[in-house]
Amino acid sequence: MAFSDSFRHSYQTEIEGIKTAGLFKQERYIHSPQSSEIEVEFPAGSTVRKCINICANNYLGLSSHPEVIAAAHAGLDSRGYGMSSVRFICGTQDMHRELENRLTQFLGTEDTLLFPSCMDANAGFFEACLNERDVMIADRLVHASMVDGMRLCKAMQDTYKHSDMEHLEEKLQEHQDKRFRMIITDGVFSMDGDTAKLADIVALAEKYNAMVFLDDSHATGFIGKTGRGTHEHCGVFGKIDVITTTLGKALGGASGGCVSGRRELVEMCRQRARPYLFSNAVAPVIVAGALKVLDLISASTERRDKLEWNAGYWRGLLKQAGFDVKEGDTPIVPVMLYDAKLAQDIARDLFDEGVYAIGFFFPVVPKGQARIRTQLSAAHEKHHLDTAIEAFKKVGKKHGILGLGRKELMARCAA
Amino acid sequence: MDEITTVVRDYIIREYLQEGDDRQITEKTPIISSGIVDSFSMVSLLRFLEKKYSIHIPDEAATPEAFDTVERIAALVRRFQKAEVGSV
Repeated sequence: MAFSDSFRHSYQTEIEGIKTAGLFKQERYIHSPQSSEIEVEFPAGSTVRKCINICANNYLGLSSHPEVIAAAHAGLDSRGYGMSSVRFICGTQDMHRELENRLTQFLGTEDTLLFPSCMDANAGFFEACLNERDVMIADRLVHASMVDGMRLCKAMQDTYKHSDMEHLEEKLQEHQDKRFRMIITDGVFSMDGDTAKLADIVALAEKYNAMVFLDDSHATGFIGKTGRGTHEHCGVFGKIDVITTTLGKALGGASGGCVSGRRELVEMCRQRARPYLFSNAVAPVIVAGALKVLDLISASTERRDKLEWNAGYWRGLLKQAGFDVKEGDTPIVPVMLYDAKLAQDIARDLFDEGVYAIGFFFPVVPKGQARIRTQLSAAHEKHHLDTAIEAFKKVGKKHGILGLGRKELMARCAA
Repeated sequence: MDEITTVVRDYIIREYLQEGDDRQITEKTPIISSGIVDSFSMVSLLRFLEKKYSIHIPDEAATPEAFDTVERIAALVRRFQKAEVGSV
């Protein structure tokens, strides 16, 4: 037996350590399609209960949209279930290229390459396009997928304080001896819901001859007046060298991602990005669904407009109720609690009240920055938010946190 | 506090604390295990030390444990300063 008792014991000890540290993650089984109201079994084996979902990346409410489902069915019928191949052997259908061209047009770039996920796009990009003569300068709060991608690349790594343009400028000055400089940022930061200072970043990139890499996964489809993303919102549409984004959030929520940007950089990925080269083509059913999503969001901004209204309304409700909410203007609205146990307790109590939200704490967010991250969707109706806020108020009152600011909440946790 | 300790502490405050972050950094404050510096951002500290003190700290010595407090980082610098002198 290769998996000896000693192997087993060692892993069991490690898993126990994760539990003791309060970091053990458990899946909740959902018995319904993704939506603003879902049916959840938690803990496993318990009765399935209906609750309002306020933690999905289903920003535009398209995950279960009937037209998207119908298009996916049609794709399944016309192009089959799977490709059984990577793209460059026999895995590229006409639809893959059509979707890439449509994404190029939507994002305002020169070319696009699909990946199995945006995680894969970020994991593969840097190694394919940069080498030891270059430097990658990343915002300290970029998503873990970019951190992993940078670790796989031989270029020098450096970071700047979150959204601190003076610090970024210092770093750009420091690295003028490198062949290429690449500034790396999220468009909307997933844990705080704030937006990158993209116009300033582009200005610094021009001043110091650097490229800009933008992961717009939490923005594509709804940030900016026509939902093109953070670059539209910040007035630098067409000026970003590389955009990575996902089909797994606002754009239907299934899976798949892409690298979109300067033609040569995309071509380098097609030739060298390992997650692209060594994993299967995105399934036809997803490609067909994503094409329909682009039709819907290109024809009307109704969904992103509704999402914007929902986010503003929800933010106002939380503030009015006395919660400590991180400032911002995106559909990511973090309710700050600072203490990991408190965040977990509140999430549990909210679930008991019929609201599904999740507590986030170290190492997902910095220590002492625990929170409930709420996320809005165009699938939410006003009554969902009115019901959810009553649950938040009831739970907030139970824990005595309403009306407390950062210092009071932190002092309460320390006591 | 000796010169190396002061330099390391000042660099950590300047490089890693966000504006408005009023946390006190002493010689014994855990900086990595407490999440002030993550292992990814630690690279700039390593590069700063190597440049400032003309030393080379190999990857196997640049562990999160060895970088967890100002005191330990200063000790690491002194150790590799001696190694550099010894190798001349």
